[in-house]
Amino acid sequence: MDLQDLYRDVILDHNRTPRNFGPLEGSSTDVQGSNPLCGDRLTLHLRLAGDRIEDVRFEGHGCAISTASASLMTEAIKGRTRAEALALFERVHALLTDDAAAPDEGLGKLAALSGVREFPARVKCASLCWHTLATALKSPAPDAIAAVSTE
Amino acid sequence: MSDAARTPVRPAEPAAFDVETMRREFPVLARRVHGHPLAYLDNGASSQAPRRVIEAVDDYARSHHANVHRGVHTLSEEATARYEGARDRVARWLNAASRTEIVFTRGTTEAVNLVAQSYARPQLRAGDEVLITHLEHHANIVPWQMVCEQTGAKLVVAPIDERGELDPDAVEALMGPRTRVFACAHVSNALGTVLPVERLVASARARGIATLVDGAQAVPHGAVDVRALGCDFYAFSGHKMYAPTGIGALYGRESMLERMPPWQGGGDMILTVSFERTTYNALPYKFEAGTPNIVGAVGLGAAIDFLGSIDLRGAHAHEAALLEHAHAALAPIPGLRLIGTARRKLGLVSFVVDGVHPHDLGTVLDQDGIAIRTGHHCAMPVMDFFGIPATARASFAFYNTFDEIDRLAVSVERARRLFGGDVG
Ligand SMILES: Cc1ncc(COP(=O)(O)O)c(C=O)c1O
Repeated sequence: MDLQDLYRDVILDHNRTPRNFGPLEGSSTDVQGSNPLCGDRLTLHLRLAGDRIEDVRFEGHGCAISTASASLMTEAIKGRTRAEALALFERVHALLTDDAAAPDEGLGKLAALSGVREFPARVKCASLCWHTLATALKSPAPDAIAAVSTE
Repeated sequence: MSDAARTPVRPAEPAAFDVETMRREFPVLARRVHGHPLAYLDNGASSQAPRRVIEAVDDYARSHHANVHRGVHTLSEEATARYEGARDRVARWLNAASRTEIVFTRGTTEAVNLVAQSYARPQLRAGDEVLITHLEHHANIVPWQMVCEQTGAKLVVAPIDERGELDPDAVEALMGPRTRVFACAHVSNALGTVLPVERLVASARARGIATLVDGAQAVPHGAVDVRALGCDFYAFSGHKMYAPTGIGALYGRESMLERMPPWQGGGDMILTVSFERTTYNALPYKFEAGTPNIVGAVGLGAAIDFLGSIDLRGAHAHEAALLEHAHAALAPIPGLRLIGTARRKLGLVSFVVDGVHPHDLGTVLDQDGIAIRTGHHCAMPVMDFFGIPATARASFAFYNTFDEIDRLAVSVERARRLFGGDVG
């Protein structure tokens, strides 16, 4: 278990300069996620056009893992369909929690999150944005969602 | 039970304080974490147990366990003697007027809830006020919020300033004709501030307001004398003063406890039960329904014996020096801001570092074998006041060393560089 394995360069970079960070003009869905344990909060803004995620941005404050994970997620899901984004959620979830999972080729930059699994206390930091996304995409009335919590 | 059956408290014979000798009394301090010697700087959350506590707990479990206050058999008498012996120790430790003023609880949280429900609830009327401060632990906020909701009373919060200090004049100005209870921390767990409790308790008493002091962070760092303090209630947890978890105590002035109805019902708290009428047991048993945490009390008693056997003044002086050293070691780190800079502080430093989230700091430090707490410290209103979601907190016990604090500073600097802070 090595610190460099958790804080890979990709993570440090996305923490320092998060992509797609800030409000989103004309968003169709805005959902809050929170990790009550550490006080991290984020808001995910989605602009859905039919079945497609036309644009996505996020706001909030969190640790390096949660910020980088959200930043990487926005890059990965922009332009994808709901089904594609949810399939990605499942793969990332396995990456974060399933010790027995085979290495998932083709995850691209998201593979940088694989080190988190070795730090159980930090898994929720990485998964917060993904759970928030999945809840938003699965809900028939996402704006009615109070807030997604990791607890 | 007879006085003779109680274990006598051993006379203290303090040796001059030496940290290396002290460390050998705490077995866990010898362990390594991620290849480094453990630097345990999370004592504010829970402290480690000395050999004497571990052995007392072990001896009790091996040779003396039975239920208390019930049997005539030998083991039950031995268990009772140890349990009640622990009560004697707590009473003496806090300088209570009588052992009947000590109610064992699970800890501070349960003690505050007991007072809120048994003392405050029956007498609070709509429009009455409960006064607390802005720097309380959730354990000294939520029980009062609950009782206010139940009674229509109002929760009033005394402000703090940028240093994390309380202005006693401002607090006194909030003690009004409807104030029924004043509850405050002795020492803040998030900021380390020592509150001017002597003055505030005296002011409250002069106005006929009942007082509760949350001593969770104070008892590990200094002698507490509840009679000199003059408070009606004093609450603390064993696990922050070298005893096991799940045990703590409420000190209550006898005249107050006498007036209060029982809080929970069950065995041990009764004298007689029939379906028509139950008569309650005497103090403090009226408040100890059910089989208590006997082994926890044994551990707490042993912790008090331990503290009585060391040079406590020397130990506390060492803690004060550690705190001063921590301020000096951390202050030069670029981008580091101390949260809580009260002139009277005890036991801990809270801080934030530009560009490094406390959570990440906690992980980096852990990799270096350093245990600190990161988060809101169950004091969310304090975090809101300073406009931050969380802090990193290093909290000290007398077994900590200057070297551990130097390691803390080096590791914080390492984290700062890792996350791209300026090379200061
Ligand atoms: C000031 C203060 N009050 C109350 C508590 C609650 O103590 P416990 O969880 O042992 O009941 C703590 C412990 O974190 C504390 O620091």
